Amino acid sequence: MKIEGRVWKFGDHVDTDLIIPARFLNTSESNILARHCFADLRPDFARKAAQGDIIVAGRNFGCGSSREHAPLALKAAGIRLIIAHSFARIFYRNAFNIGLPLLESEDAAEVFSEGDLLSVDLSSGVMRLVDKQRELKARPIPGFMMEMVRQGGLVAHIRHRGFH
Amino acid sequence: MGMTITEKILALHAGKDSVGEGDLIEARVDLALANDITAPLAIRVFKDLGAGRVFDPNRIALVQDHFVPNKDIESAQQVKILADFARQHDIRHFFELGESGIEHVILPERGLVAPGDLVIGADSHTCTYGALGAFSAGVGSTDLGVILAIGKIWLRVPGTIKISYRGRLGPWIGGKDLILNTLGRLGVDGAIYKALEFRGEVVRGLSMEDRFTMANMAVEAGAKNGIFEPDEITRAYVEDHSGKKGLYLSSDHDASYQDTLEIDVSGMEPQVALPHSPDNVHPVSHVDPVRIHQVFIGSCTNGRLCDLKVAAELLKGRSVARGTRLIVIPGSPAVYKKAIQEGIIETLLNAGAVIGPPSCGPCLGGHMGVLAEGERAVSTTNRNFVGRMGHPKSEVYLAGPAVAAASAVLGRVGGPEEL
Repeated sequence: MKIEGRVWKFGDHVDTDLIIPARFLNTSESNILARHCFADLRPDFARKAAQGDIIVAGRNFGCGSSREHAPLALKAAGIRLIIAHSFARIFYRNAFNIGLPLLESEDAAEVFSEGDLLSVDLSSGVMRLVDKQRELKARPIPGFMMEMVRQGGLVAHIRHRGFH
Repeated sequence: MGMTITEKILALHAGKDSVGEGDLIEARVDLALANDITAPLAIRVFKDLGAGRVFDPNRIALVQDHFVPNKDIESAQQVKILADFARQHDIRHFFELGESGIEHVILPERGLVAPGDLVIGADSHTCTYGALGAFSAGVGSTDLGVILAIGKIWLRVPGTIKISYRGRLGPWIGGKDLILNTLGRLGVDGAIYKALEFRGEVVRGLSMEDRFTMANMAVEAGAKNGIFEPDEITRAYVEDHSGKKGLYLSSDHDASYQDTLEIDVSGMEPQVALPHSPDNVHPVSHVDPVRIHQVFIGSCTNGRLCDLKVAAELLKGRSVARGTRLIVIPGSPAVYKKAIQEGIIETLLNAGAVIGPPSCGPCLGGHMGVLAEGERAVSTTNRNFVGRMGHPKSEVYLAGPAVAAASAVLGRVGGPEEL
């Protein structure tokens, strides 16, 4: 599975209150949530993010509240992949569950810059800068998580395997 | 090789003799929980799955607590989704306004969690029930929606960090100070994917309320769960509140731990987490005495009777400083009622507090007590991220009820010793 898109850069400990502030949680419609994604931190994000874009961040991305509205808002805003040094565990589950893949890489935030065009092979974890000759490798996604991504998330996965 | 209490509970619920760190298991869920923000999404997932019926209407708790009493039309719609679903599926533990309070306060109070249980909730502070010696962890709405249908969840068995507390607790020091101090040492990502096991002579002497406060904030270090070995104090609480028997497990002497941390509490001052991170922790005497516009006492961290009692002790015969608002929200109708019976509410009102209906209140900045630009709050809640309680240019200082009450009187950040 290949993903190609422009990079949005973020720092360490980006919490779910920053991704989608609680005052917008009076709905669970992802298209409405997407309009308020990073409303306080980067007010231009929702307007400028394009389909296929990639977030590159530091440590503990998605920490804090369990709100699935956070990955839903990011996905509806166009984000197809998030690469971070590490992820908060609830966010990690939530993202895969809705079919938004995540990659863990200790070096990505050091090497990749805002606006870079990145091509990523999810199965191998190879991340390539399209305009420059630079390649990094992320920790590969565990097998059964990768299967879930291919199927489109946990609901599809459960439907596929049955309720037992 | 022996097992930790976390591993024992997970093994039991996966139908295995033993499990170890890193194992992927499918575990049976004793109780599944969701609230008015997370349940609507979970219910949508449940419907998408086409399961038809919930796995067990007696093992699901739905609680209206975040944006109640309904704050606007949209949240009213969300809250109604819960009510409709609960009635349609005959959900036994459905808590509506009037009966409802903060999920993590009322579930133990109503005896729905017992030692040894496995509880999964679509709320990050579900880790609170580790105080009872249960395994409990937060998830998102899709996980919860699937649990509603199948009553099971996949989990990776976490490694455990053992934290031992020794020494003597000083006056005004409670569970909040212990957990803030611990967060200051671990950092907000110090326990990602891991279990925290709270041990030692100090915690064996702590009340259940203090233990709830500590387990509640395990997630602030990134932990999957925070757990105490159940003891006689646990047993007394469970017998008082629940018809459930419970399973009183403890870690084996040869259990394997990923890390250990020893904390001497002797001489510990009340602790404060400065903006904008729960691990930015300092003793209260080292904190700049900055002016405070609002104090909030409540939440799933510190909205229990003993918290209100501590606040009332300090506020008795005193007044909230001019220019500072004090909001107190009892965590449940039962807490509210006892606080009235014991004269706590009258003391707080006399001091100038406003009392809110049992709910999450201003903790997450969506309802009742939102901060304006440039305002600062001292709050007994669990998170002080940028914009958590309102305007992105507002600030939150996290502390226990003693520092919160003292700060309300002083109109600035300060400790109880200054009164």
